[in-house]
Amino acid sequence: MRARAPMALLCIGGLAGCERVRHGVQSALDPAGHQAGRIADLWWLFLAVLAAVYALVLILLLVAAFRPRRRGRVPVGSAFPQEAPTERRLTRVLVAWAVGTTAIILTLTGFSYAVDRDILSLGHRAELTVEITAKQWWWQVKYDDPVPNRSFETANEIRLPVGVPVRVILKAQDVIHSFWVPNLHGKTDLIPGRVNETVIVANREGRFRGQCAEFCGFQHANMALDVVAVPRAEFDAWRESQLAPAVAPSDEQSQEGQRVFLTSACVMCHTIRGTTAASRVGPDLTHIATRPSLAAGTLPYSKGNLAGWIADPQRIKPGSQMPVTGLSADQLQSVLAYLDGLK
Amino acid sequence: MSARDTSARDSARFIRRDGPALGEAETHARLERTWATPPGLWGWLSSVDHKQVGRRYIVTAFVFFLLAGLLALAMRMQLAGPNQTLLTPDRYNQIFTMHGTTMMFLFAVPVMEAFAIYLVPLMVGTRAIAFPRLNAFSYWVYLAGGVMLWVAFILNVGPDVGWFSYVPLAGPQFGPGKRTDFWAQMVTFTEVAALAVAVEIIVTVLKQRAPGMSLNRIPLFVWGQLVTSSMVVFAMPAVMVSSSMLIMDRLIGTHFFNPAEGGDALLWQHLFWFFGHPEVYIIFLPATGFVSSILPVFARRPIFGYTALVLALFATGFLGFGLWVHHMFVTGLPHLGNSFYTAASMAIAIPSGIQIFCWLATLWDGRPRFATPLLFIIGFIVIFVLGGLSGIMLASVPIDSQVHDTYFVVAHFHYVLIGGAVFPLFGAVYYWFPKFTGRMLSERAGAWNFALFFVGFNLAFFPMHILGLIGMPRRIYSYPAGLGWDDLNLLATAGALILAAGVLVFLGNVWHSLKYGLVAGDNPWGAGTLEWATSSPPPSVNFVHIPVVTGREPLWEEPNGLAAVSGLRVDQRELLLTTVVDAEPDVREPSPMPSIWPLLSAIAVTVLFIGSIFTPWAVVWGSIPLAVGLIGWFWPKSPPDTPEPVVE
Repeated sequence: MRARAPMALLCIGGLAGCERVRHGVQSALDPAGHQAGRIADLWWLFLAVLAAVYALVLILLLVAAFRPRRRGRVPVGSAFPQEAPTERRLTRVLVAWAVGTTAIILTLTGFSYAVDRDILSLGHRAELTVEITAKQWWWQVKYDDPVPNRSFETANEIRLPVGVPVRVILKAQDVIHSFWVPNLHGKTDLIPGRVNETVIVANREGRFRGQCAEFCGFQHANMALDVVAVPRAEFDAWRESQLAPAVAPSDEQSQEGQRVFLTSACVMCHTIRGTTAASRVGPDLTHIATRPSLAAGTLPYSKGNLAGWIADPQRIKPGSQMPVTGLSADQLQSVLAYLDGLK
Repeated sequence: MSARDTSARDSARFIRRDGPALGEAETHARLERTWATPPGLWGWLSSVDHKQVGRRYIVTAFVFFLLAGLLALAMRMQLAGPNQTLLTPDRYNQIFTMHGTTMMFLFAVPVMEAFAIYLVPLMVGTRAIAFPRLNAFSYWVYLAGGVMLWVAFILNVGPDVGWFSYVPLAGPQFGPGKRTDFWAQMVTFTEVAALAVAVEIIVTVLKQRAPGMSLNRIPLFVWGQLVTSSMVVFAMPAVMVSSSMLIMDRLIGTHFFNPAEGGDALLWQHLFWFFGHPEVYIIFLPATGFVSSILPVFARRPIFGYTALVLALFATGFLGFGLWVHHMFVTGLPHLGNSFYTAASMAIAIPSGIQIFCWLATLWDGRPRFATPLLFIIGFIVIFVLGGLSGIMLASVPIDSQVHDTYFVVAHFHYVLIGGAVFPLFGAVYYWFPKFTGRMLSERAGAWNFALFFVGFNLAFFPMHILGLIGMPRRIYSYPAGLGWDDLNLLATAGALILAAGVLVFLGNVWHSLKYGLVAGDNPWGAGTLEWATSSPPPSVNFVHIPVVTGREPLWEEPNGLAAVSGLRVDQRELLLTTVVDAEPDVREPSPMPSIWPLLSAIAVTVLFIGSIFTPWAVVWGSIPLAVGLIGWFWPKSPPDTPEPVVE
C-alpha cells in the first residue's frame, strides 16, 4: 500500500503550510491585490480539479495492483492470455479516458485564458507610473510625473496608495532580473535592451516583500524590495516628503558627517539631493532613514545595522558593489549621525 | 578420431557462412573468434562492441549521478536553516550550476542513450550497433567533456550561472574568467556524443531488425528510443548553435546576445529552450520505454494498447517542440503568442494520460508479481502523475507568473525527472542487471532501496511546492528567518538524506551482487523480448543464430525456441539488413573491426575543443591532428583476402 504515502504527505504538507499560506508577506496564496487574488483563485480551482484526477489515478492504481483475482497460476515465462472481450472493454474505457482528459484540459485552459484577460484589463486604469531599473543587486525606483520636477528617485522600496492601479515600467541595466511581489501579482522579467511593463494594485493596507526571481549572479539571494500600501492621503504626504531635498544637518556631528560623506568614496556612487553628491551608481540616499530596510532587503533599517553595513559591506553581502570605505571610527560615527538624520 | 570426422572438419574449414553444414560447436567457436574484442589494454581502448561501450556509458553516467547527488546534499545542508554559512555564495552558485548541468547533460541524457546502446541491438536481434566506431568515438568524447567540466569545477573554475546560462549574466561582461566557457564547451562535447548515438540508434532500428520484426512488432522500448533519437537530431543543433554563439561572444567579440550592439538577450532563451524543452522528453520517452518493457513481464500479460502507446510517443515527440515558450511566459512576450503555448503545453497531457491509462490497464488485467522492478514502476506512476499535474498548472500563464523560478518549479521538475525518469531507470537496472552481468540483484535490498528512495524523495520534494507558493525563489544561497520557510526546508533536507541512504543501499546491492548474486540464466524474469533469447551476459556476437520473429513477444509466442536464419559469414563480421517496414531480409552488410582511431580522433577533438576555450587559433591548429585521426579512421580497407563464398 505504498501509494498511501503521498496522500499522507499531501495532508501533512497542507497542514504545515496552512498557517503561513494564509498569512505571508511574500506569499502567492495570501493575495492583497486584484491580480494575485484572481491568480490564487485560479490556482485553487486547478488544485481542486487536479487533486481529484490524482486521487482517481491512485485509486485505480491500488485497485489494479491489489484487486482480488481468480485463482490460476501463470507459469513463469509465458503470459496470461489476452481475451478479446477484455481488450474491447479496456479500449472503450481508454477512449472515454482520453475524451475526459481532453474535456478537463479544455476547461482549465478556458479558465486560464479568462483570468489572463481579466488581469491584463487592469492596465487601462493605471493612474501612477513607477519606473524600476534593476541592478546587481538592488532596485532603483523612479516615481514619474508629467511635471518633470515632480519626479523623484528612491531605492528598494515602493509605496503605493491602496486601490490605485500603478503602472510599473521595468528595465535592467546589467543582467536579467525579475520583479516579483507575490502578494500583489505574478512576476515580470527586467531584461537589458528591453522595456517591460506590469500593473500592480493593492486592495488593502500592508507591508509586502518582493524578491528578484531570476538568477542574477552572486547576490541574487539578497535582492529584495519592500512594498508598502497606504491610504491615498498618507501616500500623497509621503510623496511630498520624498520630493523635498535632504534635510540639512543640524547638530555638529551630523555636519561633520556630511563633510566626510562629500569628501570620501561615498560621493563617488551616491546621490543626496540638495548636496553636491549626485552620482547614480548606487542607491539615492536622500531619504534613506525613512526606508524599511538596507541593502535591498538584506537588513532591517536601524542605525546599528547601517553602521555594520558601512563598516563591512562585504561580510554582510559578499560580492556587493558597495566597497569597504576605510572610514575611521569617528568618521563612521559622524556619517551615521548624518545619514540617520535623512528622514 | 575417425577418418570421417577428419574429412568433415577439413571440408568445414572452407565453409565461411553459418548454417547446418557447420556444426553448432564450430559455429560458436568461429563466430567468437570473429567477433571477440582482443584482450588487454589495447583491446579495451579499441573496442567497438556496443555492449562494452554501453556498459562504460552506464557506469560513467552513474558516477556523474553520484557526484551531482553529493552536490545536491551540499545545497540541502546549506538550506536546512535560515542564514546558514556552510557555503559561500560563490561556491553555492557553482554547486547548483554543476548539479543541474551534470544531471541533465552528463547523467540523464547519456544514461538513457547508454541503455539504448546496450539494449537496442539485442532487442532487435542484430549482432552489432550501426556505426560501431562512431559509437566508441561518442563515448570518448562524452567522457572527455564530463571530465573537463569536473576538473574545472575542482580547480574553482566551475560554471556559476545556472544550467541554462542566461545571457548577459553568462556573457563576456558579467561572466568574466573561463567558467562559462567550460560550460559551453561541455555542452558541445556532449551534444556531439548525443548526435552520434542518435544516428546509430535510428539506423539500427530501421535497418537491422531481425527478420519478421515488422514495424508493428518493434518492442516499445525500441520505439521510445527511435522517437527520442529523432528528437535529438532536431533539438541538439539548436543548443550547439547557441553555445557556439555564446563562445564566440565571449572569445572573439561577436555580439549575438549583446543588446547594446544590436544583439538580443532573449535570443538565447529561445534557442536554448527550443532544445531545452524537447530535452525533457528526450529523457522521459526512453523511461516510458522502460515502463512498457518491464510492466508486461511483471503483470504477466502483453501490454495493453500497443498502438496507442506508439502513437502517444509520436504525439509527445511532435508536441515537445511546440512548448518552449512556457519557459519564457514572464519575459514580456506578446500575450496572444503566450496563449498558443499554453494550449500546446496543456495538450501534451493528452498523450501522457493515454500512456498512464495503458499501463494501469495492463496492471489491472494482469497477474502482478511484486518484484523490485515493478515496485519502481508503481513508484514512477505515483510520483510522475503528480509532477505531470503540477505541470498543467505551469502551462497556465497566470499561475506560471506566480510560481515560475520558485521552489514550486523545482518541486515540479524533480517530480517529473526523478519520478518520470530515475524511478523507471532504477527499475530498469534491477530488471536488466542479470542480462548485463549474469547475476541477479538482491530482491530484499531492492525493496529497501525502493522504500528509502520513495519516502525520501517525497519528503524532500513535496514541501518545495508549498515553499514556492509562499515565496521562495529558486537559486538562492541563503534566506532570512521569519518568512515561514524554515521548517519546510529542514524537512526537505531530512528527505534528501533518506534519499541518499536509498542510493547507498543501491550501491551496496550492486557491489555485493556482482560477486555473490544468484546466477541469472538466460531469462530469469520469463520475459518475452529478444534480449532474453541469448545468454547472460550475451556473447560478443550477441546471437549465434539470428532469430526470426513472429510476434511482439517472440519468446512468449514460441516457447519451444525461435526459428533462425543462416547464411551470414562466420570469418568476417557481417550483419543482416532488413527492409524498413516489414523487416524482410535485404542485404548482408560488413561491420567494422575494433580500431584505435575513434579514440585518437576523440583525443584530437578534445584538444581542439579545450584549446578553443583559450585561443581561437586552437580551431586552426587543432584541425590538423583531427584530420590525421579521421584519415586514419576512414583509410580505405584492403579488400578481404578471402573470396566471397559461393552459396553452399
